[in-house]
Amino acid sequence: MKLVRDTWLVFSRQMTLVLRNPIWIIVGLTQPLFFLLLFAPLLRPLFGDDAYQIFIPGLLIQLAIFGTMFVGFALIAELRQGVIERMRVTPVSRLALLLGRCLRDIVQLLVQAVALVLLAIPFGLSVQVENLLLTLALLAIIALLCSAVSYGIALALRSEDALGPLVNAVSVPLLLLSGILLPLSYAPGWLQNIADLNPFSWAVTAARELFAGNTGADTVWQALLIVGTIAFAGVAWAARAFARGIR
Amino acid sequence: MIQTRGLRKSFRTRQGLVEAVRGVDLDVKEGEIFGFLGPNGAGKTTTLRILSTLLPPDDGEAIVAGADLRREPGEVRRRIGYVAQGGGTWDEVTAREELVMQARLYGVSRAEAKQRAAELISAFQLESFADRKCRTYSGGQRRRLDIALGLVHRPRLLFLDEPTTGLDPQSRAHVWDEVRRLRDEGMTVFLTTHYLDEADALCDRLAIMDHGTIVARGTPNELKREIAGDVITVGVTGAGEQVLKLFEAEPYVRDLEPVGDRLRLYVDDGATAMPRILRVLDDAELSLASVELHRPSLDDVFLHKTGRSLRDEAA
Repeated sequence: MKLVRDTWLVFSRQMTLVLRNPIWIIVGLTQPLFFLLLFAPLLRPLFGDDAYQIFIPGLLIQLAIFGTMFVGFALIAELRQGVIERMRVTPVSRLALLLGRCLRDIVQLLVQAVALVLLAIPFGLSVQVENLLLTLALLAIIALLCSAVSYGIALALRSEDALGPLVNAVSVPLLLLSGILLPLSYAPGWLQNIADLNPFSWAVTAARELFAGNTGADTVWQALLIVGTIAFAGVAWAARAFARGIR
Repeated sequence: MIQTRGLRKSFRTRQGLVEAVRGVDLDVKEGEIFGFLGPNGAGKTTTLRILSTLLPPDDGEAIVAGADLRREPGEVRRRIGYVAQGGGTWDEVTAREELVMQARLYGVSRAEAKQRAAELISAFQLESFADRKCRTYSGGQRRRLDIALGLVHRPRLLFLDEPTTGLDPQSRAHVWDEVRRLRDEGMTVFLTTHYLDEADALCDRLAIMDHGTIVARGTPNELKREIAGDVITVGVTGAGEQVLKLFEAEPYVRDLEPVGDRLRLYVDDGATAMPRILRVLDDAELSLASVELHRPSLDDVFLHKTGRSLRDEAA
């Protein structure tokens, strides 16, 4: 009960900060918008009218990963500002300090994801509501994983200069091995085998199935299970980092 | 209110092990303003952070506000307020919002939190800016809010880490008034400072810290009395060791210390010693650049105990 209450308190404050500077939600949308406007048309000759149906689900997963991988920067700024120290001397739950922030990141991501889907509809995208909701659930789990890990790493490094290159070094291969830009069915066998180890490539495949209307496809529950398990482990690790680092 | 025995803390750095706190024993009484005076890096902040549960000690025992620091840190947290040196507020929210949230973090209901925020805003005279964003505050306004934030849960003991560092004289005086008001209401205040005048004017009792240990303790007057009599500082052009030797043998000089190119002489009575000192210098045919007679200050106490001047280090 106390955890829920404290998480809500931390989340409300974080949302207040976001809403007083909503420009960041729009800035976060610019990169996927560029992909939508400047890259997706290249796929038309390859996939015809299905181009957006194939590309948008991948773009949503990319948004979920890249939109939340860098949230650790904000935590480092808060550590420097002293607000974390001020929370530390209160009896507030340490896990709530983490979860409240992750929840803010998830909400922010979901707003961006819905905006991106709405913007893509004029280009010919179509998706059923229940499949969109399942995709959003998948995105929320990915956002929870990436933001928790980002906070955990930020707490360990405590330096923006170290965090940026590290997150880039991890996220670029994850992106390339996920089939976001082009489906991995075009990849040579060895590359496909490596990509199978990337949980996000499962997520991308699942999102494509959902946008194709195959709600019952095996990859959908498999992706939810795989990403969910890893997210649980990621949150557990970050929670430990929070409990130790800001005891 | 605070009792500690043998508190220790060391940090591993690239240069090796740094012993920041080396066996600190403290007794802080209820309802007093207790000051920790020392230069930067003396271990004041580290001790304060240990006592406010932010750092676990390597060794030693402490009872803080009636709770055992090592066994019941959660209980200590509920009973103390802590205000960090740099404060800690978000730029984009208002003082009122910060106060309400801080109270809520201690488990207070929303209505009660609003009530307490209003009380603190009036007690600390924050009305004129309480509903403006923190980004717009002056250093003094921000510091008053920081202190108010440390009090939302009505603690009996308040820790203030360098509460007036970086403030203009008027804001400093304002913070001093607030601290005295809190003491008069029954609060125990434990603060660190590297300002001598602050320790002297504000603290009921203080401990002087240097290199991780307490080198002296008592009321400001007791500490000054330890250096009985007066202090005469003479500056002599073009003579170092020579001057020191001249006065070592003089019976009315209780103690002497060279400080830079000047010499400090501790004497029982400045009025009678002064002419004799001048005569000695005259006989040695040395010309006097400056001479100064003053009542001992806490700086003299610090210098006497550590051999270094606090003023030089704090600058």
